Amino acid sequence: MVLKVFFPSCCASAESGILIGRWISEQNSAVILAVVHFPFIPVQVKQYLTEVQRVTKVSVSVLGSWSNSKQEKEESLSEFLEDLGTIFSHEPWIQISKEGDSKFWSCSTLQKNSNNPKEEEIILVYYDQRKVMLSHLHPPLDTAASTDHKAEDASKLSAIFDTVAKSKILFMTDRYDDGPIKLTHWQSDGVEASIIVELMKQASVPACMLLTFLLSLVSGVCRSRVLKFWPLSFLWSKLSTCEQLGHRLQHLQVISSNKKAQNQTQLMRKANIFVSLLIDVALGMLLMSWLYRKNRIGHLADTLIPVADHVAEELQDLLQWLMGAPAGLKMNRALDQVLGRFFLYHIHLWISYIHLMSPFIEMILWYVGLSACLGLTVALCILSDIIALLTFHIYCFYVYGARLYCLKIYGLSSLWRLFRGKKWNVLRQRVDSCSYDLDQVVL
Amino acid sequence: MEEWWYRSASGARIALRRRQHSASCRELAVRCPRLRLRSLSAATSAAWLAAYGLFVLTENSMVLSAAIIITLVGLIIYLHFVKIDQESLLVIGSLGIQVTSSYASGKESTTFIEMSQVKDVVINEAIHMQKVIYYLCILLQDPGDPQGVSEVVPLFQSSKPRLDCLIVVYKSCQEILEQRKTAPQSS
Repeated sequence: MVLKVFFPSCCASAESGILIGRWISEQNSAVILAVVHFPFIPVQVKQYLTEVQRVTKVSVSVLGSWSNSKQEKEESLSEFLEDLGTIFSHEPWIQISKEGDSKFWSCSTLQKNSNNPKEEEIILVYYDQRKVMLSHLHPPLDTAASTDHKAEDASKLSAIFDTVAKSKILFMTDRYDDGPIKLTHWQSDGVEASIIVELMKQASVPACMLLTFLLSLVSGVCRSRVLKFWPLSFLWSKLSTCEQLGHRLQHLQVISSNKKAQNQTQLMRKANIFVSLLIDVALGMLLMSWLYRKNRIGHLADTLIPVADHVAEELQDLLQWLMGAPAGLKMNRALDQVLGRFFLYHIHLWISYIHLMSPFIEMILWYVGLSACLGLTVALCILSDIIALLTFHIYCFYVYGARLYCLKIYGLSSLWRLFRGKKWNVLRQRVDSCSYDLDQVVL
Repeated sequence: MEEWWYRSASGARIALRRRQHSASCRELAVRCPRLRLRSLSAATSAAWLAAYGLFVLTENSMVLSAAIIITLVGLIIYLHFVKIDQESLLVIGSLGIQVTSSYASGKESTTFIEMSQVKDVVINEAIHMQKVIYYLCILLQDPGDPQGVSEVVPLFQSSKPRLDCLIVVYKSCQEILEQRKTAPQSS
């Protein structure tokens, strides 16, 4: 099988030394984690490696030698590196070398106890250590619950990712630290410490606590008995604004909780909610800044009343037509008149209320528009609620019509059952046959 | 490195380039025909003539500037998201198969499939619009069922080479895929 060597890109410019990493014999691949520089004492290196092995449960060992010579290749150095192979015995001993500024590397292996001494092909894979360490190769969902053997079959590359991810402790010491071992790995390019990120992490804890406290106050007020009486609770359930605000409150509570996310899905959910809240508020602010310029609220308020009047007039015309036309409200002329006049009275009442409110419309709209800073979704909910309130009379017509229709259908179905000789059994909630007397049927 | 000229399913000339990096590593790249100056200028002039006609009707000069901006933005979007310049297949025995599409704006999108997930590389037939075309695809192994196929990954979707080109690519891939059957499983 082909020998695969995974080499970190950060070690390409490191000075000569020996390579440490993990050898995965089932896949015939070597994952190199770091380079240990000269001078070192072999015993100390072995001690350090056993320590690391104990902590990370990853079988780290010395895999080979790396030589990066600025001058021409020295014979003594190559012999020295071969001799190292005898001190740290590992099968196969990998030797990678790069000369000066040349782009080409040479990679060879030394097999001491080889049964078939043939030239083995070597594939060198150059990998970005930090990114591999931070990524996680997810197993396919349906095999996640299966046995280990199947999970291994699913992806061989996941072993590489796991090796680098579990060896985080190896990346703590550096070649600039004082100690017996001098390593080069991805941290050698400069330890990552972004001040802004650190400051934000420190500041987020008290901010979260404050937010949790405020939210608990608000939810306590919302849950108080005063708002739970029957007419009010029915009203809150019908208005979409209240529902939306309830959802938002719940989202904020999820984000501001002090517990860290348990797994990836929870973290994604939190991040998702946070970003959606941000976008919502940004769009809401944009809408506000557009709405509050050039007296647009005033124009809106001015056009609202004439529109409502116009709608009412059209409805009245329609009702007059329905009362008279053959396919009107009802077949019965008297019933037509009664229903028609009833609906007309409704429209008259509603229009009077709207006219009563007309001086205050502009102020109400102005203050309600301020709630757009909570988010664009809240503004849209309020818009939908306003439209629902303005067309409430039409909704009433629908309810009356639906009730009458229901009644009629009930009567018709009862007569139909009578016609077939069956009856509705209230006790058993089903249709039973029933023998009627002659005078019952003929009425 | 070898290069041959073939025709795509729609009749345009495409180039197949094959590079053998080592005994178990091969790269096959299909280069699609470039964006022709003819078609580009035809589309642009049609758009601008339509905008000029609208301008004459509405006497609003915003129409002209809007047409220019839309043409430029549309061209950039087309080059970055739609027009594929080259599609390549890199087969590394015992590691995997990498499929790369490079767009005209320089963007590259790659997909890597591990060798343990690859069941086989085959040529299939498909009905595309009013034609029946051949296409090369990678069959992925179903982890639960050794005989089953969990997914089919079609290759060279935008250049659509004809059967003669596909046969050359198929033979090159199969030479490398056969090695994993004959190679000893443990070192």
